[in-house]
Amino acid sequence: MTQAIDARKRVDRLLEESAKRILVLDGAMGTMIQGYKPTEETYRGERFKDYPSDLKGNNDLLSITQPKMIAEIHAAYFEAGADIVETNTFNSTRISMADYSMEDLVPELNLVAAKIARKVADEFTEREPNKPRFVAGSIGPTNKTASLSPDVNNPGYRAIDYDTLAANYKEQAKALIEGGVDLLLIETVFDTLNAKAALFGVMELFDEIGFEIPIMVSGTITDASGRTLSGQTTDAFLISISHAPLFSVGLNCALGADQLRPYLQIIARETPFLVSAHPNAGLPNAFGEYDETPEKMASQIKEYLDLGLINVIGGCCGTSPEHIRAIAELAEKYEPRHASQKLEV
Amino acid sequence: MKLSGLEPLIISPASNFINVGERTNVTGSRKFLRLIKEDKYDEALDVARDQVEGGAQVIDINMDEGMLDGKEAMVKFLNLIAAEPDISRVPIMIDSSKWPIIEAGLKCVQGKAIVNSISLKGGEEEFLHQAKLVKRYGAAVIVMAFDEDGQADNYERRIEICKRSYDLLIEKVGFPASDIIFDPNIFPVGTGIEEHRKNALDFFRATGWIKKNLPGAKVSGGVSNVSFSFRGNQSVREAMHAAFLYHAIKEGMDMGIVNPSLLEVYDEVPKDLMERVEDVLLDRRDDATERLLDFAESFVGEQKTREKDMSWRELPVAKRIEHALVKGIADFVENDAEEARQSFDKGIEVIEGPLMDGMNVVGDLFGSGKMFLPQVVKSARVMKKAVAYLTPFIEEEKQGNGDQRKAGKILLATVKGDVHDIGKNIVAVVLACNNFEIVDLGVMVPLDKIIKTAIEEKVDVIGLSGLITPSLDEMIYVAQEMERREMKLPLMIGGATTSRAHTAVKIFPEYSGIAVHVNDASRSVPIAQTLSNPDSHAGFQENIVADYTKLREGYLNKGNTKEFLSLADARANKLELAFNAETISTPKFLGVKKVENIDLRAINKYIDWTPFFMTWELHGKFPRILEDEVVGEAATNVYKDAQKMLEEIIRDKKLQANAVFGIFKANSVNDDDIQLYDEAGEPFEVFRTLRQQTKKAASARNIALSDFVAPKESGVQDFVGCFAVTTGIGLDELVAQYVADHDDYKSIMVKALADRLAEALAEMLHHRVRTEYWGYAPGEHLENEDLIKEKYQGIRPAPGYPACPDHLEKKTIFKLLKPEEQGITLTENLAMHPAAAVSGYYFAHPDSKYLGLGKITKDQVEDFAKRKNMEVKEAEKWLRPSLNY
Repeated sequence: MTQAIDARKRVDRLLEESAKRILVLDGAMGTMIQGYKPTEETYRGERFKDYPSDLKGNNDLLSITQPKMIAEIHAAYFEAGADIVETNTFNSTRISMADYSMEDLVPELNLVAAKIARKVADEFTEREPNKPRFVAGSIGPTNKTASLSPDVNNPGYRAIDYDTLAANYKEQAKALIEGGVDLLLIETVFDTLNAKAALFGVMELFDEIGFEIPIMVSGTITDASGRTLSGQTTDAFLISISHAPLFSVGLNCALGADQLRPYLQIIARETPFLVSAHPNAGLPNAFGEYDETPEKMASQIKEYLDLGLINVIGGCCGTSPEHIRAIAELAEKYEPRHASQKLEV
Repeated sequence: MKLSGLEPLIISPASNFINVGERTNVTGSRKFLRLIKEDKYDEALDVARDQVEGGAQVIDINMDEGMLDGKEAMVKFLNLIAAEPDISRVPIMIDSSKWPIIEAGLKCVQGKAIVNSISLKGGEEEFLHQAKLVKRYGAAVIVMAFDEDGQADNYERRIEICKRSYDLLIEKVGFPASDIIFDPNIFPVGTGIEEHRKNALDFFRATGWIKKNLPGAKVSGGVSNVSFSFRGNQSVREAMHAAFLYHAIKEGMDMGIVNPSLLEVYDEVPKDLMERVEDVLLDRRDDATERLLDFAESFVGEQKTREKDMSWRELPVAKRIEHALVKGIADFVENDAEEARQSFDKGIEVIEGPLMDGMNVVGDLFGSGKMFLPQVVKSARVMKKAVAYLTPFIEEEKQGNGDQRKAGKILLATVKGDVHDIGKNIVAVVLACNNFEIVDLGVMVPLDKIIKTAIEEKVDVIGLSGLITPSLDEMIYVAQEMERREMKLPLMIGGATTSRAHTAVKIFPEYSGIAVHVNDASRSVPIAQTLSNPDSHAGFQENIVADYTKLREGYLNKGNTKEFLSLADARANKLELAFNAETISTPKFLGVKKVENIDLRAINKYIDWTPFFMTWELHGKFPRILEDEVVGEAATNVYKDAQKMLEEIIRDKKLQANAVFGIFKANSVNDDDIQLYDEAGEPFEVFRTLRQQTKKAASARNIALSDFVAPKESGVQDFVGCFAVTTGIGLDELVAQYVADHDDYKSIMVKALADRLAEALAEMLHHRVRTEYWGYAPGEHLENEDLIKEKYQGIRPAPGYPACPDHLEKKTIFKLLKPEEQGITLTENLAMHPAAAVSGYYFAHPDSKYLGLGKITKDQVEDFAKRKNMEVKEAEKWLRPSLNY
């Protein structure tokens, strides 16, 4: 019960802030972790010293084994001007953790990650009460797709089904909410059916716990055709997820800020919800690195702001606190987008 | 309603009828059932693909068959469809009577689907549970008119169940109204069973009721059911489906499950057959079924020969081409195109002549709801085939001209979200024939692609096309993006819904390059020539800028640029008239008076004919218009026909004219209200008027109608009147008769005449009120022309018109006069029924005059809402066109 009341208070504050200004989301988690040059031992820590499978690359596990590192990264983004940080839980579902045989660790991974981010956010809010900080529970797409077959010779085959996805997402969301996140961010949606299953699971969870927190959905346009990986146009994607009571809808990843703009314009035009964007720092170069400078990225994001498209802005792959600082300084000078509530007939 | 497959499908009131493909249904298609049973899913996918290519905008999928594992088949088929982008681009309708199959299906589709269907059959609890899940899965829903007591089989049951379902969905589930689709049950007619006679009629009525009373809800149905008892007789079934859809769409049916190959064009059904079919559908005669059956039998016998009926091949070549286009028959069109080419000088003339004429016929039939999208798609196919045949000849003719230099390079595209390209293709052909190089990007082209291609291909001009209204916005986005990129390429705008005004007001200001509207294919040539030649550019641009700026300013000046006074200031500047024995005359009659069955011949001479010609889009003053150089002949013809019909109406008393009016004691109170008093002087009803708020020149006043009535404080007793008249009793029957005869001309004519008679009756009644009942102008002698020019004393403004745009006042007038007893009723949107009716107030003061309220500001709306005791929001709804904000 007190959890519901706390959540309600923070939601109200979030809604209040979002009406006043453009909210800034953090940047990449993976890029920051790479900066620490973690080894297999870093990932294992004391607790998983003798774990049978390889654990290097399981970034989400660091919330348990290296909580200080994760807290430092959150703090760096808040310091740079972010209003919202994402929990280190992009892959914290049973489906994704199967790669490391760590399915049963899923509730703990989410709970611990949420608590870390919550603590850092609360410290910053206490320091700067006029700029409250928030935590978004990151819910990634999983590594399976519900509407595509991985086997080209068997197009009717599916490696995952809706029910399993919905149950996975529900379990993740439950632990994130227990850990104290302010909102849920269903992100990097490359298959709309996965996102619909996530929304289904989350709505079922809300029914069970008796309260709701805001949901953000962020899709991914995979190439210049303007479609998701599962083949939907941006507007079809938007229609397909708008049955849920969303806080915001937007796009992230895959493309740099300039390539993302036309699709963001479509969303900003069509949706009654708030609009978010967290693009990559450009496209990867020949070495697979993202090398767009904070200045360059900010200048492209300025176009979004000039066009009045944005309520929530941040960065995805390749972005650092410097990128977020540049973006936050810019966003401060602009009014948030005002949605024109279109009456549907 | 918004749906999606890989692409969006948005259904708005402006959308044409939505066709749902029915052939991927094991209960309806034996072939599809066999393919599924034999596990031939590849071929089953072809069935789905054919439907989408044939124009289905949604595909219905049903696997309800006893011998099948329906759930498994549904999942398998949906998963396979997901891998076929040319099928899965459209939304899916998941069709089953078994909830577990529906739920399994919902778990396979990434787009927003339609569930077909749920109902109250199993009680409220189950209904609510399923509805809640449908919402959570993110789908729209079809609700069958079915409850615990069974399927609705008459009008009352249909609306009762639909209303109950709607209320439950909205109130208990929070289901979005725009995602609710009702299926009010299409049942067979012509079964020989007495109770089935009204099956179609009840469906039509229920559809009309739903669209009126359940806001946002859509109506759908399985159309082939209606002709169930005529199985085996394709001609009759096709005719019946065409007629059924024609009537159902008129009542507001939004979508339907149809087999495009079992659909005839309404106007192409032989008249004798259609008459019998409609007799059955509309239950017009007791022996309708027998007559149709007899007739149908002759058709069965005839059918084999009919199928091979090639008599149309005997027609002149232009008519053959038209027939082929309307019917979508591609078999002979190359021969016909060749024959036509022989008789013209150039190949291009065949396209500009008979082919375009034929497509215009198709366009008209489509626009009037007599042809449907799948058929139009077929027509386009024929057109394309003919054009393809002619193209080599046209190329050759151009070569013969020896002019190899291209006139310019033009990019053409139908904008994103729109699939209509017939017009654009014609433009492409015509321009190509005039030596332009065409880059045709096809349909549904995203703006990025348009701009990228334009730059890469270094085109001279971009041409945008579209038919549906949202395309207008899409064109604006293209212009905005071109502006953002500082492009200078000229932009040509074309397509059915585009207009010079829209281009001038909405597109032109967004783009500093040239944006010009092109009215039709023939105009595209000179404009393209001018635009692709930089030398002629500047002058042309100057003209366009001047022209469009003027148009735009004219448009904008109608509203926004004016200054407004606060309501208090406007009241302070009210019109103050003298109220005394000279300006107020005590009515000879007080109270309410009814006059019924008024002689139409007496009304006739009060008719103002000028608006009658406007109905026919003939502009000019009567009687001069009859002599007009341009429209004189057409005007004379229509006038003759009108006189003939009017004479029949008067002679046979085909219409009844009734009137009622009242005159009451009254004073204005609180500036803008008019308080009425009964004969004893006790206050009863109040008229609420609205006051002009636009800032006026020094001496002009901000008037409200209440200014024409003596204020209470003056202590002078004043009076007002009101009236309601109709000449439309019997009109519906007459219209139905003409419609049944497919005589659009007469059905429009009779409505136009009834409107004129109603206005004339209002004029006549006003005359008698002035000279007799109120009698303030007993000696008035005015000719009809003077009446039309409103030279009389006093006015009769009507609610809903410029002086008092507030329709709500009709309610007060109706309360006072009870014109329902004369056959005039108000719809919930406050339109009068019959349409040939007029109501209004009477003001007698010599200085009273007609006025236009103009726009009003929020303070007056709030004040008005308070006076009316309603929410500001509701007041805003009714006053919407008058709001300045």
